[in-house]
Amino acid sequence: MRPEATLATAGRVLRQLRRDPRTVALLLVVPCILEILLRYVLDGQSVTFDRIGGPLLGLFPFITMFLVTSITMLRERTTGTLERLMAMPIAKIDLLLGYGIAFGAMAAVQAALTTTVAFGLLDLSSTGSEADVVAFAIANAVLGMSLGLFVSAFANTEFQAVQFLPATVFPQLLLCGLLVPRDEMADVLDAASGVLPLTYAYEGLQRVTTGPGFDGTAWRDLAIVVAVTVLALALGATTLRRRTG
Amino acid sequence: MPSSPAIEAKALRVVRGGAEVLHELDLEVPVGQITGLLGPSGCGKSTLMRAIVGVQLVQGGSVTVLGEAAGSAGLRARVGYVTQAPSVYLDLSVEENLRYFATIVRAVPARVAEVMRAVDIEPLAGRPVGSLSGGQVARVSLATALLNEPPLLVLDEPTVGLDPVLRRDLWSTFRELADAGTTLLVSSHVMDEADRCDRLLLMRDGSILAVGTPAELRADTGADDLDGAFLALVERAEGRR
Repeated sequence: MRPEATLATAGRVLRQLRRDPRTVALLLVVPCILEILLRYVLDGQSVTFDRIGGPLLGLFPFITMFLVTSITMLRERTTGTLERLMAMPIAKIDLLLGYGIAFGAMAAVQAALTTTVAFGLLDLSSTGSEADVVAFAIANAVLGMSLGLFVSAFANTEFQAVQFLPATVFPQLLLCGLLVPRDEMADVLDAASGVLPLTYAYEGLQRVTTGPGFDGTAWRDLAIVVAVTVLALALGATTLRRRTG
Repeated sequence: MPSSPAIEAKALRVVRGGAEVLHELDLEVPVGQITGLLGPSGCGKSTLMRAIVGVQLVQGGSVTVLGEAAGSAGLRARVGYVTQAPSVYLDLSVEENLRYFATIVRAVPARVAEVMRAVDIEPLAGRPVGSLSGGQVARVSLATALLNEPPLLVLDEPTVGLDPVLRRDLWSTFRELADAGTTLLVSSHVMDEADRCDRLLLMRDGSILAVGTPAELRADTGADDLDGAFLALVERAEGRR
């Protein structure tokens, strides 16, 4: 592990993103627009907006970073730059951490902007502070990144990589408790929900926005999100092979 | 040990996609020379180079590079590898690519300007690689491999698609590197590049067909040019079967 290689990789990924201003604009603007839409779809139902709008702020980065990372890593595999790097003196962890830092930074900007819009313009009310939401948003972004990195190993084309989003993220969104509280679900669904990482991401967000705040459960949820991230990164590292057929 | 070869493969076997691509291949590449790996497209040149660099899964045999097993961690800083595909970031500028890879291979920052000069891409430094021509991208890829001045360079068809002037210039760069002590293994399917090599490995269907200097191969077969020599060797090998 070498910090220079990690930071150089993070810088390189960010420079690549900067060269693609349309992607950056979409990353930053789309969550704001969705939040605004949600606010006006739920016009007059401010309780519902508070219940859904708050947690959603922290879930956007998960979805976007999952998508961006799986495509970026797939590109790295298909263009041969990954093979070149694997033939160079760089540790896999430096590459993965570099990605994590770059997308984590991107998520921080995204979350800060979306949160500012939601609390400042849309009168979203929350029991916790904006910083709590941003903290969860960054953790969720890095979780999305590590899962995206892992699944990119199973995609041969960008079409396949895009399809992994509905395949792996949508079920988690349905089951995490955002649409229907977990205790109202059938036991089987509740059990499935219990093993999915997004459930804890949502629960934590729910506690810091409409619940009792950053309590012990929220800390536990954050710890689970971080633990799953580390696990996904470790699995992702095993898919980065120095030697391929 | 100046006498030991830079690359030594013994009974190397590689299977890709269910078919055996390299059949118990033996090979030696001497230090400080340009060794040309010639053969038709699909004969296994790239697979052999991948095995030497240590990115290819191999089914049998051994490859020793600079005294270590191919693919060992210590070799990653000592072997420069240029694939046929450009393998650089198309959305970054030439200089951004080189600066990133320079950090990874621990090259001093001044090397970035030096390698751009070496392959004559200085005027393109600020251009995004994606906006360059195929030949220019190939030179960016080559420059990347030169960053840490590795003692061994493995170049897979580095001159394919380049105009004759550029090819001549690149070959003189290769010659300068060899004169300075670098070992080069360069693959090509163009026989007229063979005369620029010190030594040739002629390859066909996953085996080494013949080894020697260009002059030796011509004399051995009585052919005027290397295309003729290659044909004569193929016929001789088939007659033997």
